[in-house]
Amino acid sequence: MVSSPSNRSGLARIPALGLRALALICLSILLMVLDHRDNHLDAARRAIGAAVYPIQIVVDAPVRFWAWIREAGTTRNELRLENSRLKVERLLTNARLQRFTALEAENARLRELLEARRQVRGEIRVAEIMAVDANPYRHNLVIAIGQQDGVYDGQAIVDANGVIGQVVEVGLMTAQAILISDPDHALPVEVNRNGLRTVALGTGEFDRLDLPFLPNNADIRSGDLLVTSGLGGAFPSGYPVAIVTNVTRIPQEPFADVTATPAAALNQVREVMLIWSASPAVDATDGADD
Amino acid sequence: MISARASRHLPVIVTILLALMLTLVPLPEALDPFRPDWVVLILIYWGMTTPRSYNVGSAWIIGILLDVAQGTLLGQHALALCVIVYITIKFHLLMRVFPLSQLTATVFALLALYQFLLFWINGVAGVTMPAIGYWASVITGAIVWPFLSMFLSGVRFRAQIRA
Repeated sequence: MVSSPSNRSGLARIPALGLRALALICLSILLMVLDHRDNHLDAARRAIGAAVYPIQIVVDAPVRFWAWIREAGTTRNELRLENSRLKVERLLTNARLQRFTALEAENARLRELLEARRQVRGEIRVAEIMAVDANPYRHNLVIAIGQQDGVYDGQAIVDANGVIGQVVEVGLMTAQAILISDPDHALPVEVNRNGLRTVALGTGEFDRLDLPFLPNNADIRSGDLLVTSGLGGAFPSGYPVAIVTNVTRIPQEPFADVTATPAAALNQVREVMLIWSASPAVDATDGADD
Repeated sequence: MISARASRHLPVIVTILLALMLTLVPLPEALDPFRPDWVVLILIYWGMTTPRSYNVGSAWIIGILLDVAQGTLLGQHALALCVIVYITIKFHLLMRVFPLSQLTATVFALLALYQFLLFWINGVAGVTMPAIGYWASVITGAIVWPFLSMFLSGVRFRAQIRA
């Protein structure tokens, strides 16, 4: 801390700088190895995450403030219009839901007849997304609920239109989720029309998923709806994932080139829904990463 | 005495916090690869000018914070920042007398090394990365550097922080 003129004369050596740097580099490598092998450091991450939380809050604040301003600035007329629109929508949704309830009851009865595994209905909770850019090279997002609310690793996240992703890291008050469009994410899906099972891989683009493991003669065409198959264990089955946009069959290649567009608007969501399935014991890495 | 010390540390801590925030602020998808590595730039500046107070230790701690905030391997940014700040301090006397153009070139090289270290660790750990746009932040970082260093010099003289 002492600032003396000797600093200027080329003698400004920090005591044991090299040694300190070396020690810290070794420590970093040790941490990375521990972190990479098994998630040994989740508790440490959570503790440090609490220190990062205020920064995330501050970054998120202007965006939230702007949304609040816009909300406060809407006129009475706009509100009335929106209100009537929502009423109509609710009516339609309710009508659809009535049929759904009957279908569900019928489904349960049929399953009982078949002695099949009872389908579980997961509990659902809405969570807000924090306007924090977690990592430029990954497709992930930070949601504003965490361990305190019972969020767990590998939990499925959906929005009103379809699957968004899953939780990969739980902090105390926040959680990080990986989107289905992340290049490291793979999601077991099936074609809704015929039950054909495959895996949808993220591409790094928000509006495209790849389905690279379909043989040339697979029964799939553009417009097909892909839903989660529930096979990985991480996602409950039957949630819409994507719509097939393009099927190219090249005769000399073993696999068809199939791409799909995610049903959910992955880069536009502000609120998501987390699903608590009945068996949360599945590890995220088993379901998605490998 | 304490207030004098606090007033010396405050600008540095505030600028580092600002850099962390700028790193986390959401940008449109198209602009995202061009986001400068604010934390590296700030740490290079403070490492160069006040190497006794802020060196590898503080860089390491900030790196760990960055790792948690970005969900990368714990220690990845810490290691990269540690190396960058170590090199900066090794050559800080030289860098102080560099003309701006030469200093900017040095910063460019340091930023490139930083990105390379991150890239390398990702490769070893088997994390897939989109290759395109990976180096754009190095260029924008070097472009931003002259202005940032001018701004920080202003802060430094106003707060009378010396080496």
